[in-house]
Amino acid sequence: MLRVLLLTLSVVAVADAELCKPDAQNAFKVRLSIKTALGDNAYAWDANEEYLFKAMMAFAMRKYSRKSTTQISNVLLCNVTDRVSFWFVVTDSSKNVSTVPGSEVEAAIRMNRHRINNAFLLSDKTLQFLKITSTLSPPVEPSTPVWLIVFGVVLCLIVAGIVLLVVTGIRKHKKKNKESTERENLEEKGEVTVTVENGIPCEALDFKAGHVNGVFAADDERFTSL
Amino acid sequence: MSNDLAVPPEIPKEDGRPKWDNKFQYILSCIGFAVGLGNVWRFPYLCQIHGGGAFLIPYFIALIFEGIPLLHLELALGQCLRKGSIGAWNTISPYLGGVGAGSWMVSVLVSLYYNTVLTWVMWYFINSFQEPLPWSVCPLNENRTGLNKECYESTAVNYFWYRKTLNITPDVTESGTLQWWLILCLATCWAIVYLCTIRGIETTGKAIYVTAIFPYLVLTIFLIQGLTLPGATDGLAYLFTPNLSTLKNPRVWLDAATQIFFSLSLAFGGLIAFSSYNPPKNDCEKDAVTVAIVNSMTSIYASIPVFSVLGFKATTGYWDCLDRNIINIINEFDLPEESIMRQNYTAWISFLNSSYPEKIAGLKLKSCDLQEFLDQSVSGTGLAFIIFTQAIILMPGSQAWAILFFIMLFSLGLSSMFGNIEGVFTPLLELRIISKSVPKELLSGIICLICFLIALCFTLGSGSYWIDIFDRYAGSLPLLVIAFFEVVGVVYVYKIKRFSEDVKRMTGRKPNLYWQITWRFISPLLLLIVFVAFVTLQIQKSPSYAAWNPKYVCFPMKEEKVYPPWVLAICVLLAVLPCVFVPLVALFQLIKRTCRSKDPSCVPPEVFSCQGANSNFSHPKE
Repeated sequence: MLRVLLLTLSVVAVADAELCKPDAQNAFKVRLSIKTALGDNAYAWDANEEYLFKAMMAFAMRKYSRKSTTQISNVLLCNVTDRVSFWFVVTDSSKNVSTVPGSEVEAAIRMNRHRINNAFLLSDKTLQFLKITSTLSPPVEPSTPVWLIVFGVVLCLIVAGIVLLVVTGIRKHKKKNKESTERENLEEKGEVTVTVENGIPCEALDFKAGHVNGVFAADDERFTSL
Repeated sequence: MSNDLAVPPEIPKEDGRPKWDNKFQYILSCIGFAVGLGNVWRFPYLCQIHGGGAFLIPYFIALIFEGIPLLHLELALGQCLRKGSIGAWNTISPYLGGVGAGSWMVSVLVSLYYNTVLTWVMWYFINSFQEPLPWSVCPLNENRTGLNKECYESTAVNYFWYRKTLNITPDVTESGTLQWWLILCLATCWAIVYLCTIRGIETTGKAIYVTAIFPYLVLTIFLIQGLTLPGATDGLAYLFTPNLSTLKNPRVWLDAATQIFFSLSLAFGGLIAFSSYNPPKNDCEKDAVTVAIVNSMTSIYASIPVFSVLGFKATTGYWDCLDRNIINIINEFDLPEESIMRQNYTAWISFLNSSYPEKIAGLKLKSCDLQEFLDQSVSGTGLAFIIFTQAIILMPGSQAWAILFFIMLFSLGLSSMFGNIEGVFTPLLELRIISKSVPKELLSGIICLICFLIALCFTLGSGSYWIDIFDRYAGSLPLLVIAFFEVVGVVYVYKIKRFSEDVKRMTGRKPNLYWQITWRFISPLLLLIVFVAFVTLQIQKSPSYAAWNPKYVCFPMKEEKVYPPWVLAICVLLAVLPCVFVPLVALFQLIKRTCRSKDPSCVPPEVFSCQGANSNFSHPKE
């Protein structure tokens, strides 16, 4: 009995080794970059993580095809390196010693890529299935390009500034024109409502100027100091 | 006169000429005009390629013997004659009126293309508000299977500049179409220029407080940030390590002389216009020395953050190169992660090369050399829009840095534009063809509108090639010619003795020996040598340009193409047109004189002098 058991185990092991080896048919290479993704929170890759991986693969196969009865024991891992990279195949229990076609495995993984990544706290870049390229997500484009909005704001400010300056300029111009026409009108009329002496309106004169002669008084140095 | 006793409500402008609100505004305007984009993107490049700190030696020699004397000459001229460039030179001697006309022409040509460079800056500015920055990612191609081919082969930054901004054509002869987004930005830029120059120095004087001071603030912020970046010290060491052997190359001296000359914005007529609004008694000698030294110090100050950032970019590029190699090796040999770090990379490589040479060779690893990354030197628009934008993506908080950087570039360019526009505006105001009743706002609006319409050519697909042509031919050679005639005209036609007397009256002291020697002999001689060397160098290499051609075999390298004959004719026209005014006007005046001398009833006009002009402006109480 023991011998039969040993024999079947060795046969299975040999069969497994036959099915899962680098570049085998329907085998995929997986590469994980845990330290790059998680830094100090990186977990070590051990047998438990491998068990989780097998479980996720089985889960993916089951989700992809409802008929699938993939067990964890169907997922074979081999050639695990320190890089953390390994090869895996998914065997088909219904058919003897054969592997599930690669296209099915690929489709299952693509469908559940997000779940698989999350189980390991990794991303498409850090959990790489080397033969399976990830689809590129289109860049998010807002409905109106942002630059048009900024441009609109800038342009409005500038136009407002120009209009303000032009309007104040026109007003100043009009006021100057009005003042000069007023003065002309006053001078035209014979009645001089503004008393003028020597061409200078009286109001502009300093009141003292009538009593004190500015030319002499301003020059204090001329007076000898007492 | 009895009218002098009147105390008017406000102190009148003696001759109706506008004037600066205060001295600080004037100095700031001159500094803003001199300090421009070239201080940020040309001086650091020259420092880098001409032996680092050693370049400062020819630079300061050129400043002392060429820059400061010419600057003092222009400022004194404008202050003394109180007219724009055309009027001033007509007053000095009718035969030299062509110098003023030439300056005016150069100011017009430069204003046209300079504002288009500001358009590009504005476009980048308004695109800096996006997350992520649009020049950091490549767009997808049409069927979404991968990245856009042109972008993938070059870089995202290159793609955004050449395709999304310029939409450049592969050849200068292919004009392409007008780029509507550039037209919008161009209209905005000209609107901003109009807003600031609407009433001449009344409005630019207010705007200059912001546009001249703000760049210094941003440069300081970048300085602090730049010095904290990794690799900044490498960049700075690379920049400032002097290599004195480069001084043997005459090209270095020529570059120093031309850099000083163009950096101070001499011979544009803008400085003459600015100083013409000064009161007659103002120390123009101190002003000239101040402006020149501030300009040079700004160049040096600006090169520190620029090179910190470039050092950071080179270091990051070097690290990326190493990291890529490390990942390849780790994946190939299935070594654990972080077994090979950047520090022990070389040790590992030599070990693996000896044990598994074929595998290593099969990986096709790129050789990573920090020197090589530091050696990639670019000047001009390439520095700002390609290299710097790439470095900004790598910094944390890139939107803020991008916004700050482009506002700084915009302010630098705008303050220089004020000088250019004043150089165009002031002479026009004085020409008798424009009647006094035309308001200043209308005139400046017409100038800005005409310039905008002409500058639409630069928004075509081939626009950036044309801007290079304008920059190389219109903005370089004619200035040297005009400056030469300026110095010679003042020293030998107006006579240096008279000029020294004028300066003495304005500053209160006679120009000392340094000014006399430089004005009389050294500066004209230097200008002549620089001009001859410049022309010789231009003639030696056939004028070519680097075209961005996605279909080129060695893409993303640029394709060297030669200008076709009709473009060469335009280049020559641009270089010759401003210069030709000098002999033409002299000839015209000579013919007019000979015709008039034959007519005995004509009285020859009096020779003008500063002294005569100022005696009319008697202030009642001095």
